[in-house]
Amino acid sequence: MTFVDREWLLTEQPASRRQARFGQAYRTWTSFRSNRLAMVGLGILVMLVLVAIFADVIAPYDPLRGGDLRTARLLPPSWTHLMGTDDQARDIFSRLVHGSRLTLMVVALVAVIATPIGLLVGTTAGYFGGWVDIVLMRITDIFLAFPRLILALAFVAALGPGIENAIIAIAITSWPPYARLARAETLTLREQDFINAARLQGASAPRIIWGYVVPLCMSSVIIRVTLDMAGIILTAAGLGFLGLGAQPPQPEWGAMIAGGRRFLIDYWWVATMPGLAIFVVSLGFNFLGDGLRDVLDPKGER
Amino acid sequence: MVGRARALPVLTRLAKIVVSLAVTLLGLLLVTFLIGRVVPVDPVLSVVGDRASQSTYDRVFLELGLDQPLVVQFWMYLQDVLRGDFGDSFLTKRPILDDIARVFPATLELATAGVLIGTILGIPLGVLAAVKQGKLADQIVRVVGLVGYSAPIFWLALLGLLVFYAQLGLVAGPGRVDITYEYDFTTKTGLLLLDTALQGRWEAFRNVFSHLILPACLLGYFSMAYISRMTRSFMLNELHQEYVTTARVKGVAEWRIVWVHALKNAAVPLVTVIVLSYMNLLEGSVLTETVFAWPGLGSYLTNSLQNADMNAVLGCTLVIGISFTALNLISDLLYSLLDPRVRRRR
Repeated sequence: MTFVDREWLLTEQPASRRQARFGQAYRTWTSFRSNRLAMVGLGILVMLVLVAIFADVIAPYDPLRGGDLRTARLLPPSWTHLMGTDDQARDIFSRLVHGSRLTLMVVALVAVIATPIGLLVGTTAGYFGGWVDIVLMRITDIFLAFPRLILALAFVAALGPGIENAIIAIAITSWPPYARLARAETLTLREQDFINAARLQGASAPRIIWGYVVPLCMSSVIIRVTLDMAGIILTAAGLGFLGLGAQPPQPEWGAMIAGGRRFLIDYWWVATMPGLAIFVVSLGFNFLGDGLRDVLDPKGER
Repeated sequence: MVGRARALPVLTRLAKIVVSLAVTLLGLLLVTFLIGRVVPVDPVLSVVGDRASQSTYDRVFLELGLDQPLVVQFWMYLQDVLRGDFGDSFLTKRPILDDIARVFPATLELATAGVLIGTILGIPLGVLAAVKQGKLADQIVRVVGLVGYSAPIFWLALLGLLVFYAQLGLVAGPGRVDITYEYDFTTKTGLLLLDTALQGRWEAFRNVFSHLILPACLLGYFSMAYISRMTRSFMLNELHQEYVTTARVKGVAEWRIVWVHALKNAAVPLVTVIVLSYMNLLEGSVLTETVFAWPGLGSYLTNSLQNADMNAVLGCTLVIGISFTALNLISDLLYSLLDPRVRRRR
């Protein structure tokens, strides 16, 4: 590993585009690493991913099939059941471990669906300007006029409950801020020389947008999506809690809280543990996002 | 001459606001209309029931205008809504708008109490964080805020009930008022705290208060997280301005610079933030009300959702969307009223 040493990364005269990019990434990483909260956030998320990948190995019990209903129901936390058992005699810890997959799936799918929509709408509006811009931004504003959870609720009510529909609803309600951001970036890029050069060479508008504008908007939009992740998790959990997201017996954390609600006073752990999981994960995303903002936007809050 | 020159920009600005408002409202209606169209629930069946004959079904189908093209249907929907007719609830058999008017004060009372708590705590904390930038106090405020951003509100609500109601017995449980006090006073404004106070029913007042305090503190925490963060960033911005340096050189006391000079200037954008946090609480109240069995808009909405009462769901969505738009407009107007720089530009 002699050629990826610090000197190579931090050189003032990078010999190739790749070296310059790696060097930039390394500098970002070093300043990121000095942010303690952000590192904690990153640690939490790495754990989440690992837990999701190795769920079958980590979870000591089956997440869906419970134990003996006569003896293993609503047991308090102990060494055999780290977080106790729920009313179906299922091990809560095992359910949480498997639920991490659902959480990751929601976050990933929402990001995969909402980011391209936001990018497409924003860059198109910004690039063409005029009427296209007015119409597209009006539509964006209308979506922004509803609180996110409420609009998602209405969509899920229309589409029917279920985790797929919840993901679609959250994605539909998440793209407008990304469109706004992409549009603002596009406006600064639109009249630059390299875009004009491409246009003079006869590149079509879609080609310029996808080939030249979108890649440059990508990084800021991705950061924004990362900042939103905690919100996405909370919205998904809220939908699950209201019985509109993942359906039982799926071990979705929000739905698990709803399930434990009836036993709250006597068996506190049933509702408390899944909430703790949601809290820790979204705290991780928030710490990470906060750190990212500090590192990448030096004129921001700090 | 001067008068006319000034009046014209104001008029064009007003016209612009009205037009954009109209377009947004039209869009809101279009969204709720389209959501209503994709529902798998058959609107005819929900009117006639599933035992009606084919001829009744066909008659209602025509009466509801479902044979018309979508544009015509939207036009009819538009007229209905403008007349204040959101349809009837399948659940309560009453007009949606009556239902909403009945439950709205409860949400208003809760959200207002939440914003008050959030503002009273959030602004001083934000100022403190800005003054002690990078120090321990700043870090603590930051983490407290991030915790507020990260915790699911319904979970904190459940924990709150568990600890303060079930274990410690410090506050009253779910609901707005105990049944023993329910007939102790007459409901006029719908804001029970105000009603009981105006009628001098102090025992009932105390009861209402102990029901309100826990959910209000919860919502207050969330709005505090937001307000303190924004206060911090506005204050940092102000504290780096030249007039602060001037004041320091003049020997003005540091507390006066912070709390009078800088905060006064930061207050203008803060007003917008407070209005925006009011909007967030409207959203947060949906989940909070469900947990606290608070008979407000949120409970009504979730109850309708669980019973597939689409008219009510869309009515609530629309009302919340409209209040959102109105609050946005109010915050814009307040901003231009309060900020002398924006005011001059008009």
